[in-house]
Amino acid sequence: MTSSPTALLLPLAALFVAFFLAPLMVLLALSLSADTAGTSLTAANYLKFFTDRFNYSILWDTLLLGVKATLVCLVFGYPIAWICARASARWQSVLVFLVILPILTSVVVRTFAWIVILGRQGVLNQVALALRITQEPLRLLYTEPGVIMVLAQVQMPLMVLPILAVLTKIDPNLADASRVLGAGEWRTLWRVTLPLSLPGVIAGCILTYSACVTAFVTQTLIGGARLIYMPLHIYQQAIGANNWPFAAAISVIFMIAVLAAVALLTLIGRKSETYGGA
Amino acid sequence: MAAPRHAIDWEALSLRLIFGALAAIAIVFLVGPTLIMLLTSFTASQSLKFPPDGLSLRWYLALLDADQMQAAAWNSLVVAFWTTVLSVVLGTAAALGIARGRSALARACDVLFMSPLLLPALAFGFAALIFIHKLGFSPNIPFLVLGHVVVCVPFVLRTTIAALSQLDPALLDASYSLGGGRLMTFRRVTLPLIAPGLGAGAFLAFMASFDNVPVSLFLADERTEMLPIHLWQQIETNLDVRTAAVSGLIVMFTLLLMLLAERLAGLTRQMR
Repeated sequence: MTSSPTALLLPLAALFVAFFLAPLMVLLALSLSADTAGTSLTAANYLKFFTDRFNYSILWDTLLLGVKATLVCLVFGYPIAWICARASARWQSVLVFLVILPILTSVVVRTFAWIVILGRQGVLNQVALALRITQEPLRLLYTEPGVIMVLAQVQMPLMVLPILAVLTKIDPNLADASRVLGAGEWRTLWRVTLPLSLPGVIAGCILTYSACVTAFVTQTLIGGARLIYMPLHIYQQAIGANNWPFAAAISVIFMIAVLAAVALLTLIGRKSETYGGA
Repeated sequence: MAAPRHAIDWEALSLRLIFGALAAIAIVFLVGPTLIMLLTSFTASQSLKFPPDGLSLRWYLALLDADQMQAAAWNSLVVAFWTTVLSVVLGTAAALGIARGRSALARACDVLFMSPLLLPALAFGFAALIFIHKLGFSPNIPFLVLGHVVVCVPFVLRTTIAALSQLDPALLDASYSLGGGRLMTFRRVTLPLIAPGLGAGAFLAFMASFDNVPVSLFLADERTEMLPIHLWQQIETNLDVRTAAVSGLIVMFTLLLMLLAERLAGLTRQMR
């Protein structure tokens, strides 16, 4: 008696075929042609990317930037989720509210807030100078550590929410059993809670990583013009240099790299599920 | 290797302390910047210094004359509105299809519809621009809305599918056996029960569209300025305190909508 599920899928599927898959195919075709008209087939754009150090080091820097920012998110995000999972229902709502507040606030606005904090006369430098940690104002804007710090703040909720979802589903009896059997809190965390929550950790890492490497606004505003990552590189080649075929090739390379990273993490996640027995 | 009793207590304490400290730092880190920016926007001076030199509403009042920003804000609101409407209609239908369908097609669609969350939105925006050009069109608002729907519909799908999976099928069977048709069952049984999930998804989609830069960068035509892009350019070129005032307004507006969404749809429950 239920209505046909396939028919309900069709409208959105049509939109995705016409305005998501088709553009991606056109992008792929353009990346393989010598000019914007797309007259001849060539691999020159890809060769240009992988033979020029300037180009492939941008890809490498971007992928590495994602790893660093994701690790920071994990180190700070896991404890939030862990404490949240143990809190009373009321506190849990408050904590989740505080965690999702930043993700719903405009990324431009959040990044802008960091400029007020990280600038030469920003809050952080005032504190550092007052405490005599440094004699000179620290250069934080337009540096990679600055970009990593801001990315971690901007994307942290994407790490916390999936971990929290898994942590709240773990049977508390398992941790109790571990303690009764003589394992301390750290050992219980390391041997019981952490392995069981790995699927959430992996899901969080996938979301955080893909968000960090593609975070155009944060990368450009905090990194400035000298720190170039893949999204800015695509934008500059497409709009600044007006070299559409090359920009298309960079886009394809970047998408494949992100998908490969996601696939790798998914694979690790599958392995961890059998290991954790969850 | 049974540890003495006092050692176990110390261990529990050390774990709580370290995790508590990390979480506390993280919470300050998450909320602090927005608070600092909000306070800075009430400054009485010309510079974006924190703590501000005196408080005033002068930069907020200055927004009354900022025609360009007002036009950009209006454009962003209109696009976010239509994006949300389309995302809710198409997303709800697709969510029903995915939640009820067991076929390989339904699962493939699930992966396809969620992929914009992971793929670089900027690359998609560029691809859409090339595509529009190949078709012989120029960027315009309807194309911009379609592009936004592609990147915003995953939010509606995620919360709606989650809500549907908690729906007891016995309720639907009861409605059918009492003579309720498909449409009536959807309107009177399914829709009221998934409304909080749908509402939370619609809210997320609206905010994602209102804040979108990577797609708008390519699909907005020259005359149509979008608010986040306008702000992005302002911040990159000259740090105007009016930018802080607009940001302050956006933060307050977001907070208000969030509290409303929490009241009406239990936002924090939907996000978990």
